[in-house]
Amino acid sequence: MVSNEVTKGLELDPPYDSPGYRSTQLRFPKRPLVALQEGPTELHGPVFGDLAVGPDDADLTRQHTGEPLGERIVVSGRLLDERGRPIVNQLVEVWQANAAGRYAHAGDQHRAPLDANFTGAGRCISDVEGGYRFVTVKPGAYPWRNHTNAWRPAHIHFSVFGRAFTERLVTQMYFPGDPLFEFDPIFRSVSERARGRMVSEFELATTVEEWALGYRFDVVVGGHLATPMVG
Amino acid sequence: MSEAAPTPSQTVGPFFDIGFRWLHTQDLVGPSVPGAIRIAGGVFDGVGDPIPDAVVEIFQADAEGRFPPETETGWRGFGRCLSDPEGGFHFVTVKPGSVAPGNAPHVDVSVFARGLLQRLVTRCYFGDEERANAADEVLCSLDDGVAATLVAPVEDGTYRFDIHVQGEKETAFFAW
Repeated sequence: MVSNEVTKGLELDPPYDSPGYRSTQLRFPKRPLVALQEGPTELHGPVFGDLAVGPDDADLTRQHTGEPLGERIVVSGRLLDERGRPIVNQLVEVWQANAAGRYAHAGDQHRAPLDANFTGAGRCISDVEGGYRFVTVKPGAYPWRNHTNAWRPAHIHFSVFGRAFTERLVTQMYFPGDPLFEFDPIFRSVSERARGRMVSEFELATTVEEWALGYRFDVVVGGHLATPMVG
Repeated sequence: MSEAAPTPSQTVGPFFDIGFRWLHTQDLVGPSVPGAIRIAGGVFDGVGDPIPDAVVEIFQADAEGRFPPETETGWRGFGRCLSDPEGGFHFVTVKPGSVAPGNAPHVDVSVFARGLLQRLVTRCYFGDEERANAADEVLCSLDDGVAATLVAPVEDGTYRFDIHVQGEKETAFFAW
């Protein structure tokens, strides 16, 4: 049932050990991962459909007295499993920098302005089709100290729960055509063939006339901790 | 429906507090509930320094070995604790019941942090369950020293579960 080494031919994507991203250096496990046959605890998961999450929690532009500065956007999509089935009534959490590229967090000392009308956090419960929708402003790119002149491409952090513990996923959603992709070791930690799955698409259908641009981003929870590199 | 390619994982980064704090859930039960226990520990890096910007999440069965939606209303089996400046975390919960033959009571644990491109997954077993642990399929498959990293010793009702993401004391982590 249990073997002590990860099955050969399976590689982590992205790998824990990712030298271009300096913070991994003292934080990646050096022992082989233990291949675990999932049991009942892994095949069940927490249920959040009953949480008191309201409409303002999904509209990051309405959480303060005034409106935040920046380019207003609608980010929507579906929460799916690997077979394409919707994950309904489950929790989706997001957080992000403001339009100037600054997080409302004491640890962020980037010399860009805070926005008193923007916290940058949201949450919602997926609907009967697995759908979710956030209204926000487009986050700015920001510098970090990983290497000389290092800048993170604009992104929104996503945290989702599937139906099982194995399907827990935290990722980042990027915007199409960002020129910073080729310089970002976090984006590039993912194999080239899979990077596109982290990039949203501009979508005219969800763009609201004279109000906000639409971006579509489906989140697929695979339930793997070691993703086959081939196929 | 057609198959869908999984979305790759990315690091939680350093600023998750904004998005995660609202669901900070250290108490799965009240401390005065009969059978309440405490699981406490720290998260440490490869040179033994505390990781002050980690998120530890747990998921577990209830005391009868049941999961949602079979559990009583209010039991989610989920905890989330943002580590403190010393890398510390703790939960107040109940010891889960057995969920299957060959499974000693255990709590599933996820660790997210800056520098972790995927979460780390491990299990917390209970030090006073010697008999069940000795028959546990997962623990039995591991070398003794490695298995020991998953078993939390108990003192005064607190189970101590330290998580070393790298280094000599490195915790056993799972993949599937």
